Amino acid sequence: MSILINASTKVICQGITGSFGGAHTKGCALYGTQLVGGVTPGKGGQFFEVDSECKIPIFDTVDQVVRQTGAEATMIFVPPPFAADAILEAADAGIRVICCITEGIPVNDMVKARALLDEMNAARPADKKITLVGPNCPGVITPGKKTGAGDKSSSVYTSAKLGGGGCKIGIMPGYIHTHVSESKTGKAVGIVSRSGTLTYEAVWQTSRLGLGQSTCVGIGGDPVRGMSHIDVIELFEKDPETHGILMIGEIGGTDEIKAAEYVQKHVKKPVAAFIAGRTAPPGKRMGHAGAIIGGADDTADAKISALQKAGAKVALSPADMGKMMAEAMKI
Amino acid sequence: MKIHEYQARDLLSSFGIPVPPGVTIESPLLAEEAYIRATKGMASPLAVIKAQVHAGGRGKAGFVKLVRNATEAKDAAQFMLTNRMISPQTPPEGLQVKKLLVAAGVEIADRMPSPSAQCPVPSASPSKEEFYLAITTDRATRRNILIASREGGVEIEQVAHDRPEAIIKQPLHPTVGLQSFAARKVAYQLGLTGKLVTQAADIMVKLAKLFVEKDCSLAEINPLVIAVEHSPTPDSRLPTPDFRVLAIDAKFNFDDNGLFRHPEIEQLADPAEENAAELRAKAAGLSYVALEGNIGCLVNGAGLAMATMDIIKLHGGQPANFLDVGGGASEEAVTEAFHIILSDQHCKGILVNIFGGIMRCDIIAQGVVNAAKQVGFKVPLVVRLEGTNVDAGRKILNDAKSMIPTLQAATDLTDAATKVCKAVAG
Repeated sequence: MSILINASTKVICQGITGSFGGAHTKGCALYGTQLVGGVTPGKGGQFFEVDSECKIPIFDTVDQVVRQTGAEATMIFVPPPFAADAILEAADAGIRVICCITEGIPVNDMVKARALLDEMNAARPADKKITLVGPNCPGVITPGKKTGAGDKSSSVYTSAKLGGGGCKIGIMPGYIHTHVSESKTGKAVGIVSRSGTLTYEAVWQTSRLGLGQSTCVGIGGDPVRGMSHIDVIELFEKDPETHGILMIGEIGGTDEIKAAEYVQKHVKKPVAAFIAGRTAPPGKRMGHAGAIIGGADDTADAKISALQKAGAKVALSPADMGKMMAEAMKI
Repeated sequence: MKIHEYQARDLLSSFGIPVPPGVTIESPLLAEEAYIRATKGMASPLAVIKAQVHAGGRGKAGFVKLVRNATEAKDAAQFMLTNRMISPQTPPEGLQVKKLLVAAGVEIADRMPSPSAQCPVPSASPSKEEFYLAITTDRATRRNILIASREGGVEIEQVAHDRPEAIIKQPLHPTVGLQSFAARKVAYQLGLTGKLVTQAADIMVKLAKLFVEKDCSLAEINPLVIAVEHSPTPDSRLPTPDFRVLAIDAKFNFDDNGLFRHPEIEQLADPAEENAAELRAKAAGLSYVALEGNIGCLVNGAGLAMATMDIIKLHGGQPANFLDVGGGASEEAVTEAFHIILSDQHCKGILVNIFGGIMRCDIIAQGVVNAAKQVGFKVPLVVRLEGTNVDAGRKILNDAKSMIPTLQAATDLTDAATKVCKAVAG
């Protein structure tokens, strides 16, 4: 099993005709994701060609594609000035899981979009809530089997093409992930992270240690976003096929401190963690808009000690993320 | 992005928030005239001269001065424009000051007893009517939030730490903004009365509007004061003092992601205030922060870049920079990244750590080769490649081995950090 998405999830791409949107639509489709449509206003009726065998229909609005295909998830590559609007369009059309990959959305746009999403969710029953992942994130992946995969490192597109049973919504390289049935230990971990490439590092380390991944969620590096660490950890804790939880945080904000409190109270599964930015100078923006040290609570050291107190195995070196996860799971 | 105080004052004025009259000058020769203009029509001959630099600690460094006449104004201007300002927030060699603000002095009212104040202020606090007012984004509640305190003119972080109860917080409605009733509530909590409540609330609402309309990440007025104004009476009796709420000093930070819709704000940026290498990186679409150490880093992704700095330190080294080439960087941008890292004279070694996702390892490898051709690597270079197109990347580097004798390949993160730290330590 997995969280948020699985092999049967029907996915669309907003911004499918852009160069990024197009390239990653291709990557996801070849991984085995069921891509049922794309949206670019003004290009409805055209097709996006993945390869000679696969053409994806393009629609003008999310509403149209949802009505015609029953799509439940979207990945958004719309440029920053229009991305918050794209999130709300997806929510309004009834999309359940919204992954916003776009980087550089103004914070004030996200303040409004998040508030409006919360308002919509307040009026919905528990099983119909909209989940936003990101923005400024690599997306979500539920790995599939490597059946039929080609050269494993030559391209973004190498994957569990055809029948692998996975679902990749986003920009992560598919081949580093391991389906639990193909892992040496037969155990799968759930990974949640604010950083893209650091997630890949963690995935790679766990795969090499013989662990599979149930689902990996990149929640993004922006100060105002959708899912928090806690939201994802809660889903992993409930998922019977997630055997351990690896959480990757960084400086800035207090999300990880709250997650540590949550872990202490509610999580029985083994938890490992890494916090990036112990050496970052205060007051400087380290690439992510969210990674600025402000108060005392958002330093790496404060987060590390909170997580340790909560019983998590904290890797002090980014090279030990996988090792700490395995130790926590007693593997 | 940050702006200067005089620009912040202009911005406040353009939203109808009152500030004392002021003039900017770039030469001591204009100081006397500026003093006369700033104090014209004012009851007091006082003016304040302030160096326009982003760094704090101006007062203690002698770069904020109260003057009583034109000659004093000229002397102060002469001092500030010919000496470098050195404070804990400037580089050790100090900053050259190019612009001064000459503003009318303000007589701040003595602190009045306020039964309605939310938090009675202890005697150690300011004896004058100085307040703190700011708007910023609160990540925990995901709302913009107004922060106010009766303890203005001081380090607000210290107040928040020592006496959190002295800080008033009022969230802005995410779509409507700061409503008038909410602003009035804060004004009363600050202990204001009568027409001063209306004035302060009006300033709060306008500041909130400015914050959202201009995509600020911080809009701060510190101090906001009650000024005493002695308006002359027509029948030449003793003037009656009048009170007015005024913004004395302001600081703005802008959300870099929002700048695309504010070209008028973007042009306020002062390149002299920025690190030259950081500006150069920005132009190439790279995210770069200069640090104190001697190991240059080139990484893709902000989180991995921070983690790379961390692992260097764990192995006894010191990172010279944070550099995220991002996902979509071209071969040229990667080559430029090496130019920037190598232009840092402290750089004694370079660690390249790439986990290819969107970024392809072959592009990075080609950037290494290009940089080697254009500038050459005289310092040790350790490269760790993983992810998309890793085999193609490794082949490019292997073929170029004879051209880059200082190159070492690393198998994983720990190996990379160990190798570069050892090479730099000699």
